[in-house]
Amino acid sequence: MKPKAEILSRSKDILELRLYVAGQTPKSLTAISNLKKICAENSTTKYHVEVIDLVRNPSLARDHQIVAIPTLVRSLPVPVCKIIGDLSDTERVLVGLDIRISKTHTKKKTKSKAKD
Amino acid sequence: MASRAKRSGRKPQPLEKIPTGIPGFDEISGGGLPKGRTTIVCGGPGCGKTMMGIEFLVRGAQQFNEPGVLMAFEETPEDIATNVASLGFDIQDLADKRKLFLDFLSVEPSDISESGDYDLEGMFIRLEHAVEAVGAKRVMFDTLEALFSSFSNTVVLRAEFRRLFRWLKDRGLTTILTAERGEGALTRYGLEEYVSDCVILLDHRTRDQISARRLRIVKYRGTKHGADEYPFLIDERGISILPLSSLQLQHEVSNDRVSSGIADLDEMLEGKGYFRGSSVLIAGTAGSGKTTVSASFVDAACTRGERCLYIDFEESRHQVARNMKSVGIDLDRWVEKGLLTHEAWRPTQFGIEMHLLRIHKLIENVRPQCVVIDPITNLLNGNNDKEVHSMLMRLMDFLKTSGITAVFVSLTAGGGELEKTTVGISSLTDTWILLRDLELNGERNRCVYVLKSRGMAHSNQLREFKITERGIKLIPAYVGPTGVLTGSSRISQEAKEKAEAIQRELDLERKQQELKRRRLSLQAQVASLEAELGAVEKESEGLVRENKEREQQLELDRENIAKSRGTD
Repeated sequence: MKPKAEILSRSKDILELRLYVAGQTPKSLTAISNLKKICAENSTTKYHVEVIDLVRNPSLARDHQIVAIPTLVRSLPVPVCKIIGDLSDTERVLVGLDIRISKTHTKKKTKSKAKD
Repeated sequence: MASRAKRSGRKPQPLEKIPTGIPGFDEISGGGLPKGRTTIVCGGPGCGKTMMGIEFLVRGAQQFNEPGVLMAFEETPEDIATNVASLGFDIQDLADKRKLFLDFLSVEPSDISESGDYDLEGMFIRLEHAVEAVGAKRVMFDTLEALFSSFSNTVVLRAEFRRLFRWLKDRGLTTILTAERGEGALTRYGLEEYVSDCVILLDHRTRDQISARRLRIVKYRGTKHGADEYPFLIDERGISILPLSSLQLQHEVSNDRVSSGIADLDEMLEGKGYFRGSSVLIAGTAGSGKTTVSASFVDAACTRGERCLYIDFEESRHQVARNMKSVGIDLDRWVEKGLLTHEAWRPTQFGIEMHLLRIHKLIENVRPQCVVIDPITNLLNGNNDKEVHSMLMRLMDFLKTSGITAVFVSLTAGGGELEKTTVGISSLTDTWILLRDLELNGERNRCVYVLKSRGMAHSNQLREFKITERGIKLIPAYVGPTGVLTGSSRISQEAKEKAEAIQRELDLERKQQELKRRRLSLQAQVASLEAELGAVEKESEGLVRENKEREQQLELDRENIAKSRGTD
């Protein structure tokens, strides 16, 4: 009846996420699918996800300070944080986005790391 | 690889180079940086890596119409713009004119976390965008190695670096890569493994609290280049490098003569003075009048309407001007007229190459016909002889090739051997004038002599000179039985001689008087004898006449007697 994982977001606001990719490379596609998976698994939090292809908008790379591809940026809530890579390490994504999973329901036992 | 294989069929072309526009660098590198290749500029913190890279971009954009891209990892464009504004570069203006593209890649490790596989395509996209935006021919990365602190996966980074250098090469972009110097290696992360066409090492060291910058081309594949360490300087006009080995004894010479400003000294130099474009060394002990001699030269040159540069390491401009006024040389009026540039700075203010470069720059700005450096020996403070020697050699060479008459003042230590200048530069100079003090009978007197003067029959006399209210006057040397006399002993000797001369004159007069008297008395005697002679002659004439008359009378008487006897 209840959702299998209780998501505790430090902020009650919507998570604004942007995923920067460069064309339809395997890494980009993996990142997109991984992000979708993470969002689906943690459905209690509200997400707003935008995928930006820098091949089409190269100037955005400069404006948004993107160096590595793929890069996931959490622009809201502040502070802005970045996760680079194809997001295959879910746990690190959650830590990076400062989404904490309640200890009782997590499959993997981890200590929540507070991000500075 | 493919392109290399294709090229191997054709005749190999020598490596093409593009000029950096940095004064001196293109000279030592034989034309600049390798075109379309990547050059590493490495060195410790504060050695001027970024300055060199930015100057490469700015000069490319300004002088060679080659736009550039600056990929900055450590400083924001605003910070860089502020930093290089002090060198006279307005990079914001160039960016506005679309000749320079500045991109700051913020790679703060603190707000980045990693999850899975990634690459640096974002940087490539930005670079490509920047290159296309301005049509760049030159690129600079400052400092690519910053990525190592932000991204933990060095395997990815190294692969991406390799890709980047290939990417740059394929597009024919001439690139400068700055890199921090590592322990025992040229760069901290071994970037030189990927880029091996040209490696430039900058060094900033201090010795005796004086900083010295050096540049060395460690490697320049496929081309000849200067391998020495070259001193360089960063000042308000950017970087200047001083080629050490431009010493070529090929300068043109002039037969023109210029006055030394002291008529009597000119007289010692065939009556004409120094050769134009020659180097003159004025050596002497403290207080022997070296500055006055050089100021006289400057005064004369300015009077002829020539531009002069007076570089002083000892006194301020006003002090020299005041002191020279007391001997009748007004330097201020020449400064006001713009003929004389008087620069004074402390010899300990900078390192040796900074001095040299500053002098070079001054000469380039002022374009003087005459230069005075007073005194060169002060440069010895905190510098070793060899360096000063090589620096002076370069300076003299530069002055000679520019046709500038140069006067170097050298302070020789008192008590030592005077004819040995501390820096041993005498062999480099054409004319060597030695000023010395002669200590005799409790006083010091100044003497001057021309120790050597190439290409002229100079006087070999030791002359005493005096600094008067109207400049320097040379006094003919007094060479007496006790040697050369100077000062008061010369004066007393002269007085003694004068007295003797007067005495001799008096004696002569007296003798003449006596002779006159004797002549007069003899003349009187002659007159009385002549009178006696006259009387004797008269007497004798009388006797003859008497005798004749008597003869006639006797004849007459005999006739009368005969008549009276009535004979026949």
